[in-house]
Amino acid sequence: MAIDKIDTDTESHLMADHQEDGKFGDFGGRFIPESLIPACRDLEEAFYEAFADKTFTDTLDHLLKTYAGRPTPLTYCGNLSEKLGIKLFLKREDLTHTGSHKINNVLGQALLAKRMGKKRMIAETGAGQHGVAAATAAAIFGLECVVFMGAVDVSRQALNVFRMKLLGAKVVPVTSGSATLKDAVNEALRDWVASVETTHYCIGSAMGPHPYPLIVRQLQRILGDEAREQYREVAGEDPDFVVACVGGGSNAIGTFAGFVDTKSRLVGVEAAGGAAMHNGIPGVVHGMRSRFLQDESGQILEAESISAGLDYPGIGPEHAYLGEIGRAQYSFVGDEEVIAAFRVLSETEGIIPALEPAHALAYILRSVKEGTIPRSSSVLMTLSGRGDKDVAQIMEMLEL
Amino acid sequence: MAEVLSNPSVRDLAVSLRDGKDAGRKLLVCYITGGLHSDWRELLYVLADAGADAVEIGIPFSDPVMDGPVIQQASMEALTGGATPLSVLSELEKENPGIPLAVMTYYNLVYRMGEERFAERLLQSGVTGAILPDLPLDEASGWIKTGEEHNLSPVLLAAPTTREERLSEIAAKSKGFVYAVGLLGVTGEREELSSSASVLAGAIKRHTDTPVLVGVGISTPEQAKEVCRVADGVVVGSALVRRILENKSRKEIGEFVGGIREALD
Repeated sequence: MAIDKIDTDTESHLMADHQEDGKFGDFGGRFIPESLIPACRDLEEAFYEAFADKTFTDTLDHLLKTYAGRPTPLTYCGNLSEKLGIKLFLKREDLTHTGSHKINNVLGQALLAKRMGKKRMIAETGAGQHGVAAATAAAIFGLECVVFMGAVDVSRQALNVFRMKLLGAKVVPVTSGSATLKDAVNEALRDWVASVETTHYCIGSAMGPHPYPLIVRQLQRILGDEAREQYREVAGEDPDFVVACVGGGSNAIGTFAGFVDTKSRLVGVEAAGGAAMHNGIPGVVHGMRSRFLQDESGQILEAESISAGLDYPGIGPEHAYLGEIGRAQYSFVGDEEVIAAFRVLSETEGIIPALEPAHALAYILRSVKEGTIPRSSSVLMTLSGRGDKDVAQIMEMLEL
Repeated sequence: MAEVLSNPSVRDLAVSLRDGKDAGRKLLVCYITGGLHSDWRELLYVLADAGADAVEIGIPFSDPVMDGPVIQQASMEALTGGATPLSVLSELEKENPGIPLAVMTYYNLVYRMGEERFAERLLQSGVTGAILPDLPLDEASGWIKTGEEHNLSPVLLAAPTTREERLSEIAAKSKGFVYAVGLLGVTGEREELSSSASVLAGAIKRHTDTPVLVGVGISTPEQAKEVCRVADGVVVGSALVRRILENKSRKEIGEFVGGIREALD
């Protein structure tokens, strides 16, 4: 089921290390208030300089290894594979420090912030995973940390809110708009417009104005690069399918970066209520041109999902591009399928996933049933985070 | 363009502000949120009578990242009341307060309608300028060209963090006026005038004869007067919109604007 041919010309440009104008085809760019333009330019410059500096990359590698727990394992799911008639492997980002792939990004960005002389770091968060990771990184590097979180998410992710506070961060509930992730991004941007001289905005997903989609992808590609090598070691080839969940799309972009130049089929899975690839149209919000759920006038619509981390009406610009050129496919699943998948992984493999990657598994379960993932296919899925944060929410929905 | 020329009563933003500046007048631009309360258009006449040189009409957007709590609330109320870009512009079409009109909104609403169509729609409604705070110079070349073709003034913003070489380009490409963002922050009232306001206005003025107006954080006659020792004028938004949200009478709103006018004269 691997794709037959890849346009090698396009391929050589895909997901390149340098991204001069911050454009992925027509997507991306830098649509932000003038006050923030110099900061984005400085960040871009600092990013290229830092990544060319061995001291910086060695420090980051060391942290990822000794603090975050990298490399994370690749786990073969024997029971579930047998049940489904496929070979299913999980890239275990749930086993990192703080429990999700978000740590890969924040360690890099906090190091950059420090290098740029910033004293304060702000972040937006949906499920709270990025907020917890940002608060963690801020704690090690001695940065003041403020996390903006939609008031709706503050109440459904109380545990993560408390975690952030324990780590010394200030959590600001955002009540404007839909009081979820999109509004948290708005509020973080408003703070940054005022605080830009002392503050680094640590964006948690592969979104926002240039250079953020590039930086986040480069910091997350470690998980895709590891997964490719680990899989090759086990199987001697590349998997037929590579599947990851997509809100803004950071774990998926990191995963895809490892496989973009292979013959593996790449699939991103959104929440049905936030399926910007399927139901969105091109627009310009949060600093980028991408696809967004919006009405006929261009007002942005609220996403709705069981998972706070995927409750975003847009998608990172590089995903919009990969989808447009057909290098990745995007699908979506509904809340019920997600809860079923959440239970299946817990019961068959002893792994309680976060609700976000449970979307990726729900897609796999459905596709196997429908035959779009044929029997005996090999499937590598990124398990982007662990489910501890979601257990209280699920407990209210399930009677066991 | 044809629309504007065929209707001599529509005042062109660029021409009108330049004439005012040349006559030694300090310029006052007032911001109101389009569609906020059903009688919002009557305010155009109140503002004109009180001495505003132009009115900036906010077309409400769902995600206004450059706006503080007051204008966020106004936008939300207008949207809840059913305001859309087309409803605001159609309503404007019927009005002619005798001073130039500009719109301020966010780029997605323009992008969704299409730059060309949006420009045409503005002119049809007697609007001759547009301010898009999330469309910086780097991304604005298409929009600037559309503006030129339609004789519509794209007003660009400069910020206290903008560096010198970029400032000259913004000053050269901005039409109607140059919007100097008075401080690092979103729209809203401030007790103190930021020292960055006059510094920035002065820096821009070295690059252009186009009027330089300071906005963001200008909410009292004293602040307006102080900043106009350097700047050519001010934009007053949140202080006015707060009064509209508080249902202040037209008389009170007129007096507030009149007070700023007086301080500038």
